[in-house]
Amino acid sequence: MELTMKLTRAALALLLGAALAGCAAPTAWVKPYEREHFADPIMSFHRDPISSSYLEHVLETREGAHGATGAVGGGCGCN
Amino acid sequence: MHGGRADSGRILSPFARTLLALCVIGARALGGVLPEDRADVLWHVYNGGDLTVEGPSVLVRKKVGDSLSLSAGYYEDMISSASIDVKLSASPYHENRKQENYGVDYLHGKITYSAGYIHSREPDYIADTTYYSVSQDMFGDLTTLTLGYRRGWDQVFRDVKTPNGVLENDPTFHQRAEHRGYSLSLSQILTRNAIANFNYELLTDQGYLANPYRKIRYLSPGLGQGFTLADQIYPGTRTSNAGSLQLKYFLPWRAALTGQYRFFRDTWGIVAHTAEVDYTHPLGNRWILDGSLRFYRQNHADFYGDLFPRANYQNFMARDRELAAFHSYTVGAGASYLFQVPGVPWLNKNTINLRVDHLLVDYGDFRDALLAGQYGAGNEPLYKLNANIFQVFVSIWF
Amino acid sequence: MSLAQYKGQVVMLNFWASWCGPCRQEMPLLESIYRKYNRMGFVLLGVNVEPDSQAANEWLKQTPVSFPILYDKDSRVSKLYDVAGMPSTVIIDRGGKLRVLHRGYKPGDENEYLDSIRTLIRE
Repeated sequence: MELTMKLTRAALALLLGAALAGCAAPTAWVKPYEREHFADPIMSFHRDPISSSYLEHVLETREGAHGATGAVGGGCGCN
Repeated sequence: MHGGRADSGRILSPFARTLLALCVIGARALGGVLPEDRADVLWHVYNGGDLTVEGPSVLVRKKVGDSLSLSAGYYEDMISSASIDVKLSASPYHENRKQENYGVDYLHGKITYSAGYIHSREPDYIADTTYYSVSQDMFGDLTTLTLGYRRGWDQVFRDVKTPNGVLENDPTFHQRAEHRGYSLSLSQILTRNAIANFNYELLTDQGYLANPYRKIRYLSPGLGQGFTLADQIYPGTRTSNAGSLQLKYFLPWRAALTGQYRFFRDTWGIVAHTAEVDYTHPLGNRWILDGSLRFYRQNHADFYGDLFPRANYQNFMARDRELAAFHSYTVGAGASYLFQVPGVPWLNKNTINLRVDHLLVDYGDFRDALLAGQYGAGNEPLYKLNANIFQVFVSIWF
Repeated sequence: MSLAQYKGQVVMLNFWASWCGPCRQEMPLLESIYRKYNRMGFVLLGVNVEPDSQAANEWLKQTPVSFPILYDKDSRVSKLYDVAGMPSTVIIDRGGKLRVLHRGYKPGDENEYLDSIRTLIRE
């Protein structure tokens, strides 16, 4: 489908851009040793995935809208 | 997880069925760190609109070696009683939906490759989904980019009531539906205390997207309750776009505040807005309390109608309340307690959790058709739904 | 504190935090490296980068190490060594020159440390 092709190209361009950008990265303005809060479980977007995915599903099946509810975010700066 | 055919067949929209296939369970590994090993056992209860759906959910995640994380889960919906949709065109029943899911995450440097499979089964509906995603940390690990793709295949069957009153599979009915989803997520650490997520998702559905049990109604003065039921007719395709922004902020007394907004738009004419605020507050060393408030609003689909003026009014017609115009509020609260198991040191972290949510839905153009005799077809009061959702679960980390 | 007192020895600085998974994973291995090479002119200093040391001390009580732990509460040392990943390991030779900078920890990295240490000790 045309839309699929357009999207695949856009996705590849984005990935390529991101990969290239990684070569000329700006300096991290939050240093790795300043990221302790993001390792705290309360700062996780989905602390208990079994629970958040259930609730999300209960609501989604009763609504017209779906999607874009997000993946887990953020790194602890480790590794 | 809700929906499932019998449930969706009679109570929930067709999307419930397709969505259950698209729902991805479990935390996805992100960027350069694999998720923790853990196991969760949960019991869920949904109670509302004369419908009760409850059941277990189990999820296990374990690292194998240093680069691989495997996950597996089982979920069940035990549906009983009947909602307004069922009462209108059918009779009370009980049914089960079972779902299993498997996932693998592979970490190589700063990139995580993930793949998974979900299989959902009901007596009259089978849904299979596969998903793939790639996630990478960049810009000094302040940014994580994730690209995902998912594909779903549904097989739709139909049960009919035999003269003896027994539900039996209709061998002449076998339909299919296909779903594809493309997603992009960007996670960005903004400051020492704030992190933001941007998510975009494109979904396409095609095939049999309707529901073999749900009916539309059209005005027929003098006949019965003043209206006549007829089969719904759905378009064969649907394309949806959704974009959301989430912001999480660490408060100085050790608490977290989250704000999120999502915009949704599809080719069926539905435009929806979702907004949510969450607050997480630890108490001492063992307790974590959560509170959330969610607001949702949508307009109706182009081919939606509570009561059509006459038979065959337009090409596509549906009366599914998930496609109606409505707004809803969800208020939720949760408590989590951390405990140790004496004598078992390898169980270093365990929690027992309780969560309660209350859902209030106010329909703008979906009426309580069961009251047609009392008010007249088309003049019945607008339907309101009040539901309670309970979750109890135990989590162990190992 | 100054590293001048260690001149003539091979010095390894390991920047870590209690909230960092790979850092915790690496510690027992660093401990065994320290025990093995300490008497051969090798010194290992653990530099904890947390502004509040409470969590770090609690973790050390559970997983004690025999090498010295320094506390860089105001991040001065982290900035000085331009710590750009957690954990970060720096190895300084007998002459006081920085020879190895290793960012992050993956299982198997300890072999790289051992190679570098053996080479530098023989100098």
